[in-house]
Amino acid sequence: MPAVSETVERVRSIDVDQYKYGFVTDIESDKAPKGLDESTVRFISAKKNEPQWMLEWRLQAFHRWLTLREPQWARVNYGPIDYQDLYYYSAPKSTPGPKSLDEIDPEILKTYAKLGIPLREQEMLAGVERSNVAVDAVFDSVSVVTTFKEELKQAGVIFGSISDAIREHPELVRKYLGSVVPITDNFFATLNSAVFSDGSFVYIPKGVRCPMELSTYFRINEKNTGQFERTLIIADEGSYVSYLEGCTAPMRDENQLHAAVVELIALDDAEIKYSTIQNWYPGDAQGKGGIYNFVTKRGDCRGKNSKISWTQVETGSAITWKYPSCILRGDNSNGEFYSIAISNGHQQVDSGTKMIHLGKNTTSRVISKGIAAGVSNNTYRGLISSHRKATGARNFTNCDSLLIGDKCGAHTVPYIEAKNASTVFEHEATTSKISDEQLFYCLQRGLSGEEAVALIVNGFVKDVLQHLPMEFAVEAQKLIAISLEGSVG
Amino acid sequence: MNLLEIKNLHADVGGKEILQGLDLTVKAGEVHAIMGPNGSGKSTLSYVLAGKPGYEVTQGSVRYEGKDLLELAPDERAAKGIFLAFQYPLEIPGVATMTFLRTALNAQKKRRGEAELSTPEFLRLVREKAGGLGIDQDMLKRAVNVGFSGGEKKRNEILQMALLEPKLCVLDETDSGLDIDALKIVAEGVNKLRSKERAIIVITHYQRLLNHIVPDIVHVMAKGKIVRSGGPELAQELEACGYAALETEAA
Ligand SMILES: Nc1ncnc2c1ncn2[C@@H]1O[C@H](COP(=O)(O)OP(=O)(O)O)[C@@H](O)[C@H]1O
Ligand SMILES: [Mg+2]
Repeated sequence: MPAVSETVERVRSIDVDQYKYGFVTDIESDKAPKGLDESTVRFISAKKNEPQWMLEWRLQAFHRWLTLREPQWARVNYGPIDYQDLYYYSAPKSTPGPKSLDEIDPEILKTYAKLGIPLREQEMLAGVERSNVAVDAVFDSVSVVTTFKEELKQAGVIFGSISDAIREHPELVRKYLGSVVPITDNFFATLNSAVFSDGSFVYIPKGVRCPMELSTYFRINEKNTGQFERTLIIADEGSYVSYLEGCTAPMRDENQLHAAVVELIALDDAEIKYSTIQNWYPGDAQGKGGIYNFVTKRGDCRGKNSKISWTQVETGSAITWKYPSCILRGDNSNGEFYSIAISNGHQQVDSGTKMIHLGKNTTSRVISKGIAAGVSNNTYRGLISSHRKATGARNFTNCDSLLIGDKCGAHTVPYIEAKNASTVFEHEATTSKISDEQLFYCLQRGLSGEEAVALIVNGFVKDVLQHLPMEFAVEAQKLIAISLEGSVG
Repeated sequence: MNLLEIKNLHADVGGKEILQGLDLTVKAGEVHAIMGPNGSGKSTLSYVLAGKPGYEVTQGSVRYEGKDLLELAPDERAAKGIFLAFQYPLEIPGVATMTFLRTALNAQKKRRGEAELSTPEFLRLVREKAGGLGIDQDMLKRAVNVGFSGGEKKRNEILQMALLEPKLCVLDETDSGLDIDALKIVAEGVNKLRSKERAIIVITHYQRLLNHIVPDIVHVMAKGKIVRSGGPELAQELEACGYAALETEAA
């Protein structure tokens, strides 16, 4: 069969067999009744034994949410979401909270093993590749296990579920929760504030360089269940942490809502490196099913000389609505955003960043690589702004789009607001196509169509890949190849 | 057995018939030169052999190692030992030449069911092949053909050929744009690959290259056909008289 028709054939089968994380784990779960009202919020808070202040905070968010409407400005299309037709809380029945591994449902351990994420510390130590990564595993709405807790404790690092942190470190949570993404922020963030069920909490004390990579693996399993995790990371003065999150979900015919909030706070001279490999189920070849990934991620460079960098590899989800941002409040602070966003099939991506320069001599850098294939749409949306007082603010933005085939779209929507005369903002953008000539050159050397596309795309995203921790870069490379399968033709 | 047997080949490009009944037989161990004026269809022939999409064969047959070549996809042909050194090699930004070489070699090996080379084995092999072509480590780290000079691009093609060890090499105007020193390096690289098991087709517009790669058989192509074949002396004759005389012959 000639290459072209063969690949066209493959395009037709890009769904089910290709998403290798699409299995469902059969476990019993404990759910809140379907729908959302005040009692749902109270149910969640009670399930988690939360203090009164936390419940009040949630309720405040909930009442605010009732007054808000879904944002409409993104370049994405989807039918109305019935917020009363969702479950807002689902926890594996046998494990109401993080416990020792022996108490965890073996089915869940198996799930993570299948995903390639070992949760047993001895297994992790045996596997050289990830031996220096502590993992917090979040299954549906609940953190099921956190590894290497003891080792981290010795360094003074707090790493665990946010539910635990609310009970065990209320002074930190009360001080910082909602301080970067206020409960009034936007429709999805406000919803999250009302009903978030779990997520990770990290505190790195003054002067500590976190001794290992921290990571959270999010897994949606339950049907019709929204996932609302909340992550809060605080890097105290002079500290450093590198954090990675990975996400997968089973294949389901219906769309599933994922509305997370991530808040990062870097105090004086602190640095946070946050990496994401997002591979939620993207839906099938006809665009049926898939995750709606409506996420608010924001970092606050609160202290002088602080630094926050976001690196994301976005390959999954039916719809991605996500703008990891930096508020550059401290003088000389630095924000970075490195992004690879791939859309194939019917996926829709509207993603980018905001760099808000408030302090003096603040700098930021944005490198975005969008790759569109199939009949997908891929938009970069970015805001770079400098405040009146932000003398010496500098930004460099580079946005490249790569099109594979002629039925997809790539768009770049940059907003620039400079209120200080000394501001220097530079913006570069390119759009290119994988040419038939380039593909043929690779085929002639023996690469298959898919290998050729993966190679060319990996070359295209090289500048971003090098910002990922080594072992995750390798994983990301493979993921890029998988998510573009069937894209030639 | 003939390695390549082309009979009455007709091929269209962009709705226009470019190859108009071409016959050519090549045996393993032979070096053939195909000469002809611009536009006579030399590159088209090379693309048809490599299976480039858009090059429609409308009549005739091509047999390679005794089997129908035309039913194979381009990457299958490559894995079976057909190599085309491009007249205009393509750029692949962000992909190190070394990575490209390795991906290509492994892809072919995988398809033939052979074991992939380990990293040290591969590096040793590349170093050995690159040295003779004056290709240094620095060049191998640069992105494929990006910012390469004309000479560097052509040497890179020959390096790929040396590494992939094809059975049938088609060199499309590998001499164009080369100064005499670069030409000698390239010719030497090609000569090293001459062997009993391998056939080489050198496509060129000028006789100059054939002083360095001496062919066994020279063909003259005009208007999509081979119009004359002979020994190396045919190339000398063409150099002296030009193609004009032949074109009238073909008409
Ligand atoms: N894509 C194309 N569409 C239409 N005509 C083409 C195309 N490519 C080549 N040709 C024509 O085919 C003829 C032969 O071209 P080519 O094989 O490149 O010749 P040569 O390599 O001998 O110079 C030329 O007349 C050229 O214009
Ligand atoms: Mg030509």
